[in-house]
Amino acid sequence: MMTLRQFLTFAGTAATFLFAASPAHAETVNLYTTREPGLIQPLLSAFTRETGVDVRTIFIKDGLAERVAAEGERSPADVLMTVDFGNLIDLVDHDLVQAVDSEVLRAAVPAALRDAGNRWFALSMRARLVYAAKDLDLEGLTYEDLADPRWKGRFCMRSGLHPYSTALIAAYIAHHGEAAAEAWLQALKANLARKAGGGDREVARDILGQLCDIGVGNSYYVGRMRSGAGGPEQQKWGDAIQVVLPRFENGGTHVNISGAAVARHAPNRDQAVRLLEYLVSPAAQQIYAHVDFEYPVNEAAEPDPITAAYGTLQPDALPLTEIARHRRTASLMAERIGFDN
Amino acid sequence: MHSGRGWSFASLLVAALVLLPLIALGAAALRGDASLWPHLLQHVLPPTLHQTALLLLGVGALVIVVGTGSAWLVSAYDFRGRALLDWALLLPLAVPTYIVAYAYMDLLHPIGPLQSGLRAVLGIDSPRDLRLPDIRSLGGCIFVLGFVLYPYVYLTTRALFLMQSATLIEAARTLGAGPRTVFVRVALPLARPAVAVGASLALMETINDIGASEFLGVRTLTISIYSTWVNRADLAGAAQIALAMLAVVAALLLIERRGRRSQRYNTAAQRARPMTPTRLSGAAGVAAFALGSVPVLLGFVAPALYLVERSIARLRFAGLPPSLLDATLNTVATAAAATVVIVALGVTVTYAARVAPGPLAQASARIAGLGYAVPGTVLAIGLLAPLGAFDRWAGDLIEGFVGGSIGLLTLGSGAALIYAYAARFLAVSAGGIESGFARIAPSIDHAARTLGETAGGVLRRVHLPMLRPALAAAALLVFVDCMKELPATLLLRPLDFETLATTLYGEAARGTYEDGAVAALIIVLAGLLPVLLLARVGRRAAETLP
Repeated sequence: MMTLRQFLTFAGTAATFLFAASPAHAETVNLYTTREPGLIQPLLSAFTRETGVDVRTIFIKDGLAERVAAEGERSPADVLMTVDFGNLIDLVDHDLVQAVDSEVLRAAVPAALRDAGNRWFALSMRARLVYAAKDLDLEGLTYEDLADPRWKGRFCMRSGLHPYSTALIAAYIAHHGEAAAEAWLQALKANLARKAGGGDREVARDILGQLCDIGVGNSYYVGRMRSGAGGPEQQKWGDAIQVVLPRFENGGTHVNISGAAVARHAPNRDQAVRLLEYLVSPAAQQIYAHVDFEYPVNEAAEPDPITAAYGTLQPDALPLTEIARHRRTASLMAERIGFDN
Repeated sequence: MHSGRGWSFASLLVAALVLLPLIALGAAALRGDASLWPHLLQHVLPPTLHQTALLLLGVGALVIVVGTGSAWLVSAYDFRGRALLDWALLLPLAVPTYIVAYAYMDLLHPIGPLQSGLRAVLGIDSPRDLRLPDIRSLGGCIFVLGFVLYPYVYLTTRALFLMQSATLIEAARTLGAGPRTVFVRVALPLARPAVAVGASLALMETINDIGASEFLGVRTLTISIYSTWVNRADLAGAAQIALAMLAVVAALLLIERRGRRSQRYNTAAQRARPMTPTRLSGAAGVAAFALGSVPVLLGFVAPALYLVERSIARLRFAGLPPSLLDATLNTVATAAAATVVIVALGVTVTYAARVAPGPLAQASARIAGLGYAVPGTVLAIGLLAPLGAFDRWAGDLIEGFVGGSIGLLTLGSGAALIYAYAARFLAVSAGGIESGFARIAPSIDHAARTLGETAGGVLRRVHLPMLRPALAAAALLVFVDCMKELPATLLLRPLDFETLATTLYGEAARGTYEDGAVAALIIVLAGLLPVLLLARVGRRAAETLP
């Protein structure tokens, strides 16, 4: 058995190892991201190959804004990257980012997908889709149709409090007002085949397991399942469903974004801007499209054939900032009607 | 009692360190207003409190029954395979709860192996024609958490049964009590402090659980804290709920402690021998082994085998994930360093409560355990502001002398991680050490002090040697907890620094938790070693008793 002394020696060695300084690079840029690094690693590696600038990353799920705020002026953060435009706008509201005056960024990212004050920029788009059993005819399906009682006991969805759900409900409020949105959400809840929860892939799996016939999920999960990137088993799930691009009755398909901003106290500001400019370049946008199965924001890049096969995406015309204003109402609404209970 | 005051002061300092993030949370809570509460009271709290209470009751009952039952089985009876069960019953400790939830979801899903197999056997084509209960439910969550967390109770009660009850139990037997009477009327009441310590650790882990509960669709209070904070960017509101929850947990812990304050559980100076187990042979022995295997199979073997199968599939498909070696080294190094700190702090607060029995030292010991009653992320959020303030102050000071720019000192360093682990897991180490101290009669202290030893001397020369099994057990438990720790690690770790838990979480966040199977398996394997050591320590402690 390890004695106490042996353990202390071991722990001491371990601590020394832990606090040893990391090797210094001539040029680095520090990236704080709520995106899983595995997803963006191909992009970052390509950036480093092209520019020689080393990217150091930390993946933080919740609390990225709080950490950067606590670090204050001494923060090493250069680029802040999030999924969900709500999180991006929170960074602006907490005064953690700075405006970037870049002709490259303005040219690559359509105006609807960046901040009017140049404080954040979308890097990729994902659509909120409908996954369904293959034998259903869902031509011209709308988000409003999901409330139809014919889906009673047949509808599956993740938690109504997840940011993706919040964004969709907020978009509904922006289109139809709060009262109509609440009635719609109530009807959705009444249609649930199982408790709201799990991830989007569970919706596909539950359709395959015949627990439900129709559900809501993000576009890129399908690409990852169908391409076989997640293994043969997931390929089976992805092939077991049909994918529909629904629209709002008076609008288009609800999209969300992944995006980034330059941190307010970025120590390597020039490198940070360079990274953003690289990420919207056609080469990087191709990686977003073909490796992550997202919709590129730069029109010079095409979606992957798997993604294109869902149909032509017509993003909802409502500005993201307009939808973001209803996030709080949407989240409180999901709690009020007990969507997850 | 001069030295008693020194211990008191040290203990107060430790309590202050644990309290610091909670105070910062309090400050955050005060920055908001009470406008959220009507909404919470009307729409959120009734269902979530209801679900949380049922979850706690269910998990509490399960861990107590399984934990004390299995501990009694391997202590009071001897049968073929008992030595194996003795340590195997600890194995579920090595597996993070959310991994077990994922595993059972896959195993029990309509398209999973169990239901597919069942349909094949019964000749049913469609899952629609054979509907089994969904694991995504309150009952499913109780099942998962109960069978993963029972070892906390098993560990503490097993140690107690091993070390203390022999004389009393034999007296009861001499007086004609049957095995059931001995268990219910003697062993169980004696084990109460151990059951209380183990069960409260398991329940605090339950109330703070995010991964398993969220995945299985149970709306606990902790998940409400999350949605308030993350979804509505309302940190003040989230801090208010977290502190209200903490107040309730602290009150419950206090009530339990008051309930057994007037009782004494140490058998003074007489020789304490382990009890002689009753020999079971034949069918009875087989039945005992089968019964004792159930928790191991459900809490460990099934999810672990599943992980092995997934890992093999994954390795064949994608090869070994890069940087897994780094993550393993980071995990072990951080956990080891934190363990040393946490055990030392645990000894400080428990010993202070013993030698300086004033209200201050007692209160400090209680406060030091509060960190475990707060969800990990919430505690880590509470640490951000004080550490940031310290970094600004110290940075300005140092730069004033030596010039240049030194950046951040603690935030994003290993020190912040160790601080967070300490604030979180001090309750685990202090609980184990305290029940170790409880077995040492105060008359021993008095004798040593009468012979001229100082309080520190008594600790060093009398208590620590006697406490070795308890210390080792506390250290290993803390080590395993630190290794599995996710939320605080995720928020506070340095740039380009991954542990096994963050690697696994990253993979899972990509939406494909099967990708994380290899990392999950390494967490389990790395957790196995300390758990096996833990079992050996327990056995040896029993063997080396006077």
